[in-house]
Amino acid sequence: MENISEIDELTTEKKYSRSSLYKDAWRRLRRNKLAMLGLAIVIILILIAIFAPLIAPYDPIERIKKDSSLSPGKAYFFGTDLLGRDIFSRVIYGSRISIEVGIVAVGISVVIGLFFGALSGYFGGISDIAIMRMADIFFAFPYILGAIAIMTVLGPGIVNIFIAIGILGWASFARIFRGSILSIKNKEYIEAARALGANNYRIITKHIFPNSMAPIIVYATMNVGVAIIVEAALSFLGLGVQPPTPSWGKMLAESLDYIDIAPWMMLFPGLAIVITVLGFVLLGDGLRDAFDPKLK
Amino acid sequence: MDISKNNKILEVKNLKTFFYTDAGVVKAVDGISFDLKFGETLGIVGETGSGKSVTALSILRLIPQPPGKIVDGEILFDGKDLLKVSNRELQNYRGNRISMIFQDPMTSLNPVYTIGNQIMESITIHRKLKKKDIIKESLKLLEMVEIPEPMKRLNNYPHEFSGGMRQRVMIAMAIANSPSILIADEPTTALDVTIQAQILELMESVKIKTNSSIIIITHDLGVVAKYASRVMVMYAGKPVEFSTVNNIFYRPLHPYTMGLMESITRLDEEKKEELKPIKGSPPSLMDLPEGCIFRVRCKYAIDKCRKKYPPLIEAIKGHKVACHRAYEFLKGNLKNID
Amino acid sequence: MFFYIIKRILQVIPVIIGVTLILFLLMYVIPEDPARLILQKGATEEALQNLRVKMGIDKPLYVQYWRYMTQLAKGDLGTSYRYRRPVDSILADHYPNSIKLAIAAILIEIIIGLVAGIISAVKKYSFWDILVTVSTTLAVCIPVFWLGMMMQVVFGLKLGWLPMSGMGDGSLRYYILPAVTLASVSTAFVARMTRSSMLEVMSNDYITTAYAKGLSQFKVIGKHALKNALIPVVTLIGLDLGALMGGAILTETVFSWPGVGRTIYLAILQRDAPVVIGGTLVLVLIFVFINLIVDVTYAWLDPRIRYEKKEVNV
Repeated sequence: MENISEIDELTTEKKYSRSSLYKDAWRRLRRNKLAMLGLAIVIILILIAIFAPLIAPYDPIERIKKDSSLSPGKAYFFGTDLLGRDIFSRVIYGSRISIEVGIVAVGISVVIGLFFGALSGYFGGISDIAIMRMADIFFAFPYILGAIAIMTVLGPGIVNIFIAIGILGWASFARIFRGSILSIKNKEYIEAARALGANNYRIITKHIFPNSMAPIIVYATMNVGVAIIVEAALSFLGLGVQPPTPSWGKMLAESLDYIDIAPWMMLFPGLAIVITVLGFVLLGDGLRDAFDPKLK
Repeated sequence: MDISKNNKILEVKNLKTFFYTDAGVVKAVDGISFDLKFGETLGIVGETGSGKSVTALSILRLIPQPPGKIVDGEILFDGKDLLKVSNRELQNYRGNRISMIFQDPMTSLNPVYTIGNQIMESITIHRKLKKKDIIKESLKLLEMVEIPEPMKRLNNYPHEFSGGMRQRVMIAMAIANSPSILIADEPTTALDVTIQAQILELMESVKIKTNSSIIIITHDLGVVAKYASRVMVMYAGKPVEFSTVNNIFYRPLHPYTMGLMESITRLDEEKKEELKPIKGSPPSLMDLPEGCIFRVRCKYAIDKCRKKYPPLIEAIKGHKVACHRAYEFLKGNLKNID
Repeated sequence: MFFYIIKRILQVIPVIIGVTLILFLLMYVIPEDPARLILQKGATEEALQNLRVKMGIDKPLYVQYWRYMTQLAKGDLGTSYRYRRPVDSILADHYPNSIKLAIAAILIEIIIGLVAGIISAVKKYSFWDILVTVSTTLAVCIPVFWLGMMMQVVFGLKLGWLPMSGMGDGSLRYYILPAVTLASVSTAFVARMTRSSMLEVMSNDYITTAYAKGLSQFKVIGKHALKNALIPVVTLIGLDLGALMGGAILTETVFSWPGVGRTIYLAILQRDAPVVIGGTLVLVLIFVFINLIVDVTYAWLDPRIRYEKKEVNV
């Protein structure tokens, strides 16, 4: 056990530079106005999702018959749909689905991706070949078709959306993680750790993980935006969240038949998606520049 | 022509090139003046970041803009101020009357075009020739820079050449139109020691064959001693001393130049003295000290040095120096302390 | 080069096996009886059972899969449950429409994406650069189906300039809205990639060399920078052609475009397994084939790769 502390001592220099990597990144991120805008959008959205019942003036499911298909005005900021539901409240509640799907689905992708990426990059050999061929198949597979097929099998519902989007996204994370492992694997401090007798598990969790997280964080942030769009697309096609739960994609699908008489029905959910995705994309871009200023 | 009269092919006066960055203004070149005589080899020496490369790039206005900008000065070539001509007109000078050879031959050639394509391009830009003659010219150039099997090599890509060979190709491109001036920006820094001498010899022989003048920019004092006739020493973007090689090496009048001489091994001195590196490091170009820029590292610094920057003046004929105490050095009143 | 291409074609085989296997599993798990799909309601259990035996779907999964693969090797994609027509003839009806739309989208992507990327790199931090940066950032965030709907409302409904949906007589007017919709995200990616690639290339020493030779800015950018900068962009565009065909489902749905994406989507909803598997397989093959073309183009653009491959294959 003495060895272990020795190893960690040997690599403290690295740790120091790592913590300063994150500190530097944060400092650069704070100076980046667009990234801060993205962060603000993301935080506000999460707050809206959490406090939806306090913000929404109406019940998102309740139908107020006499007030159906009203255009935006004082009583209903975003108007009402044909069933007399308040679109503003539905958009507010819709943020819950989007944020949940974005975060949980990408979380699943990251976990699967890291697992296979580690297997592939660290151990190499047959597991590497097999996993990378599997990743090729996932890349060759049209993303949205895959999501549709999985949803057809699993049936609609939010948990199934998590699974479908989560499963489809793993390959990119595996590739990124494999790449950074390969580049770190032969660095001196890893060899030093190995020479001092650290086992694989320890090397991966203590040394490789912390040093290769930057690209994963960047890609995951951007991917949350993608996941939100895919959820909207699935709900738009009728495979996602089932009515009456408000989802932005579903609201757009419902508006499709009333483009001419109630165009506001499609305007606001669409804007909500754009702003949300924009928040994650700006934050992701900012993180990328912050972690690697050379890439800008 | 002006050249024959005063024997000067190029005159740079009070050149100032600044870089405007987020962190502030970098005065990379701050008031450089020098002249290049017909047929001579002029050396510009200085440490990394002393502004010698920026000086070279400024002559052909190759500074990336933004962030760089030539804010003041004159660059007189053949009586014409290159800083005042239009971009179009400047193109007629670049690669034709004045050519450049860069530091790193590994990255200075375009990887996606053949050597032949790139050499022939240099010719076609400035001369109207038949395709057949262009190929003939290119072969002649490759022979001149001593590349074996030139016919075969024309169809090769840069990655199929070694570093030394690539630098030969760069030289071939540079002399394609028999320029009057060849500017070589650290032409041998990126090469193996054995190759360095070959390339320098080649440049010397090319200079004689094409009757051109050379500005060689380097931090290698050995190169300067061997090939240059006059030397300008730069420090932190400013010229500190400018004279003949003999004067610079044997009668330096600026403490920085003296320091440089002490920091190199000299084969010609019997008494083997210890090498003395110059203490301290060059100042930040963004935040230059008031007064003399070298004073913080200078062991002869006096009160005056703190207040006023010493101008570059001709202490004796043909020997310019920027130091308040130059006359004292000249008279021998000041001996080298320690 | 020849051996390289052969090698690459052989590499496709495991991908085909993997994709068909995944699709087979997915379609097999769907709790729906193809026999019931084919025979209308009220068919006797005996008739259903006869059909199942005839179709071979009473057999276990691996037997079915083996049968499908041996047929596939002969070039037979099977018969649609729903339409009782050979899958290849259904696909032949719809693929051309999708390919035409994808080509229209690719053209938009190449022309607008490249030009915007080059301009914003050359005129860095200018008004045009900012415009390109802002619009590409937004384009990535807009769901294609929503963009399509908005354009339908604006250009079809309010202004009445362009047809809102369908292929009509197949004239160019019908292509504009769906093609722009389909191309939006990729055009943004191409513009961004071109910009950053150009900026990176333009900071290279050989660009300074080119200027020092006396070339005009136009020639430096057009000859020396562009060819180098295009290398990563070509990959992106190539990968995209495949993605565009699969990703066309949403665009085809919004614009009622009779393409293959929509056909596969409907087939999934109708549990029409042969159409789903056959259609997707062709998509994947196109994707892989385009990848191959991209690699060959790559070798043309970048002699360093050509050289390495020569060494590997000789």
